Amino acid sequence: MAEIERHSFDVLVVGAGGAGLRAAIAAHDAGAKVGIVCKSLLGKAHTVMAEGGIAAAMANVWKEDNWKVHFRDTMRGGKMLNHWRMAQLHAQEAPDRVRELEEWGALFDRTPDGLISQRDFGGHRYARLAHVGDRTGLELIRTLQQRAVALGIEVFMECTITKLFTSTSAASTEKRVSAGAGRISGAFGYWRESGRFIAFEAPSVVLATGGIGKSYKVTSNSWEYTGDGHALALEAGASLVNMEFVQFHPTGMVWPPSVKGILVTESVRGDGGVLRNSEGRRFMFDYIPEFFKAETADSEEEADRWYEDKTNNRRPPELLPRDEVARAINAEVKAGRGSPHGGVFLDIASRRTPEYIRRRLPSMYHQFKELADVDITAEPMEVGPTCHYVMGGVAVDPDTGESAVPGLYAAGEVAGGMHGANRLGGNSLSDLLVFGRRTGLNAAYAAGRRGERPTIGDEEIRAASEHALAPFGIEGGENPYTVQQDLQEVMHNLVGIIRTADEMKQALTDLAALRERITRLSVEGHRQYNPGWHLALDLHNMLRVSECIARAALERTESRGGHTRDDYPATDDSWGKVNLHCRLDGDGVGITREPLPQMPDDLRELFN
Amino acid sequence: MGYDLKMKVWRGDATGGDLVDYTVPVEEGEVVLDALHRIQATQSGDLAVRWNCKAGKCGSCSTEINGKPRLACMTRLSTFEPGETVTVTPLRTFPVVRDLVTDVSYNYRVAETVPAFAPEPRPADGQYRMQQVDVERGQEFRKCIECFLCQNVCHVIRDHEENKPAFSGPRFFLRYAELEMHPLDTNDRRALAREQAGIGLCNITKCCTEVCPEGIHITDNAIIPMKERVVDRSFDPVTWLGRKIFRRDQLPEAQVPQGRAE
Repeated sequence: MAEIERHSFDVLVVGAGGAGLRAAIAAHDAGAKVGIVCKSLLGKAHTVMAEGGIAAAMANVWKEDNWKVHFRDTMRGGKMLNHWRMAQLHAQEAPDRVRELEEWGALFDRTPDGLISQRDFGGHRYARLAHVGDRTGLELIRTLQQRAVALGIEVFMECTITKLFTSTSAASTEKRVSAGAGRISGAFGYWRESGRFIAFEAPSVVLATGGIGKSYKVTSNSWEYTGDGHALALEAGASLVNMEFVQFHPTGMVWPPSVKGILVTESVRGDGGVLRNSEGRRFMFDYIPEFFKAETADSEEEADRWYEDKTNNRRPPELLPRDEVARAINAEVKAGRGSPHGGVFLDIASRRTPEYIRRRLPSMYHQFKELADVDITAEPMEVGPTCHYVMGGVAVDPDTGESAVPGLYAAGEVAGGMHGANRLGGNSLSDLLVFGRRTGLNAAYAAGRRGERPTIGDEEIRAASEHALAPFGIEGGENPYTVQQDLQEVMHNLVGIIRTADEMKQALTDLAALRERITRLSVEGHRQYNPGWHLALDLHNMLRVSECIARAALERTESRGGHTRDDYPATDDSWGKVNLHCRLDGDGVGITREPLPQMPDDLRELFN
Repeated sequence: MGYDLKMKVWRGDATGGDLVDYTVPVEEGEVVLDALHRIQATQSGDLAVRWNCKAGKCGSCSTEINGKPRLACMTRLSTFEPGETVTVTPLRTFPVVRDLVTDVSYNYRVAETVPAFAPEPRPADGQYRMQQVDVERGQEFRKCIECFLCQNVCHVIRDHEENKPAFSGPRFFLRYAELEMHPLDTNDRRALAREQAGIGLCNITKCCTEVCPEGIHITDNAIIPMKERVVDRSFDPVTWLGRKIFRRDQLPEAQVPQGRAE
């Protein structure tokens, strides 16, 4: 076959959202030669859509705040299924990561005495989110992007990775270093623009590919969220943990149809917005779970006083963790008390002045005005749950971010464990900073220890090329867009917010049929910037991940966080000690139960 | 409420192309990008269009719609007359890759030439202090989603490929202004704004401001103040005399703030 473009790095970072950029900067700072590969143009990654803020116990607004409170909130929000060590590192290191952004040029909103301002969000005891209006993600990604450019880090834009190479995939003579998984040696992909192939040789690969939302019909996620990193890791021999936990953000737009699912930031509620049903009732007071009763207001008066005085009042139920609010909205709509377009009302217009709303929530104002003809300073929004985030991801060592495959790292949404059964708002931006940096550093150190760079054989590259070109070889086969739509229907209808065993068994049958169909995909045209071809390749990943979600969700016979079973509505303590891991098993996905890592006593005491 | 929309979409590559007619069923509340997606899904699976968030936040889907530079995801079909044909063409200022996708690498090359933010050291307590009113100027500029529509309409480069090497364009004047007005920045970028970014070539026709989907006042708040600062530095008689006496204009290159950080 013809020679293909080859590059060699110490650390290859896949993905240029917050986690990928932060990892690349850290690896560069540790002295590694770093390359970043990303599916889109630099600065367009999904991080750009994060709105509310970065959770970090900086105590700029509430002196009482510290990492222990943040740690406790995170664990409770995750229904205690989080990896305690990740939650601890996250809470301890987030403030430094935020200050570092400021050093690189980020302009956060300020407190009256000039410090970084912090806002309220669901599940957080104190106002804790460093923010820039409601476009914090843009500020974060732009800051990291500009830093990476200033450091001269090489970026391969609009380039998609389709395969990871390991020493076992090479059938090389190198000794296998652990049971099952070979050591990472590089990656293979294609340039979107030209369709030409490219190979990277690297002893350390950091996955920072984000989430899986595009497998669902209603989602706040961009087209890139096809579970690439999840699937690549699985196929390289790593395991995925907590895949049954998918977060449905309670407030996505519901109308008009073309914008269904687009995110409405939690800051609307953090800044005073309330949820009402068609009868005008603040229904969240009817849905306060036992677990959060002690810290949630039980009257509108107390809830409203809390915004001004957090010491003597309890938080409004609108600011319960996202899983609780999403389920409540779902139940209200099902009971026939929804809004005209099948959501509920989110009202800030009657509670705050137009000036306040426009200053605090400028992009929400803009978004509703432009896309729905709704003036949020004058009328309520209609909102409903939208697939937003996957808690599950590559199982990694908490301190280094390394997976079970030596040399393969994961950070950000593609990594699992940190958020347990449900992620708190604001904890994703801090997650990607804290663990982006950690994985980047450790990937660089490991590359240094390993010394020489690996090489990839022609045979491996030939196999990867053939796989990628397969859809061009079939005439009159399936349309990838139709298959994607069918997949989204299956996941939306059968593995959505509320789940039952029968529906998930049906989903697994349907997914098997879809897997059969993706072997017969056809694409028209040629290799140059061909979205149909790109989707055909992405579908492979989407199906792998969807199968993991459905299998894990069927296995967990309880309700907890982002996983609600109609047939097992209660939370079961025995399940509270178990993580489900997905691994590749032949051509399918196998599930194993593994004990939850137990936290040390000094941390356990925080929950007494 | 649905109807059949008539569209003309430019299809082709660097070697040439043409407008192709499509009839697309569309629904109430949809935007131009929805119609393009439907063409992809049902008629031309290989129609190339760049997009990401579909919510006006990432700035990927910049095209020219009926001749006007717009984000396809924020252009509602209800803004056209019923029966009106909607024509979508690629950004004219950048070379076509394929169909509606253009090669915007010029912008990324320019970005590499802007000297990095260089803050003063942290005070003893480790906390930078800035007032909200002082950060708001920069925050307006940092709303930029890098859709490059301002670059696309700027007449200095729109039909003048030859000006590109000497001209950074409105998006990067915004960046210079943002850094120049940042309360903590220590670099002086005024000379570079003139000599390297070519801010003098801008004759403030405000086309950039008009197309900015974020409503940033690029000309009034960034370019004009920046021009004033540059002029102060270059033509102030005292500074001029100082330069002549101390021969500052002949200092070696190393004195100019560098594009790369430590």
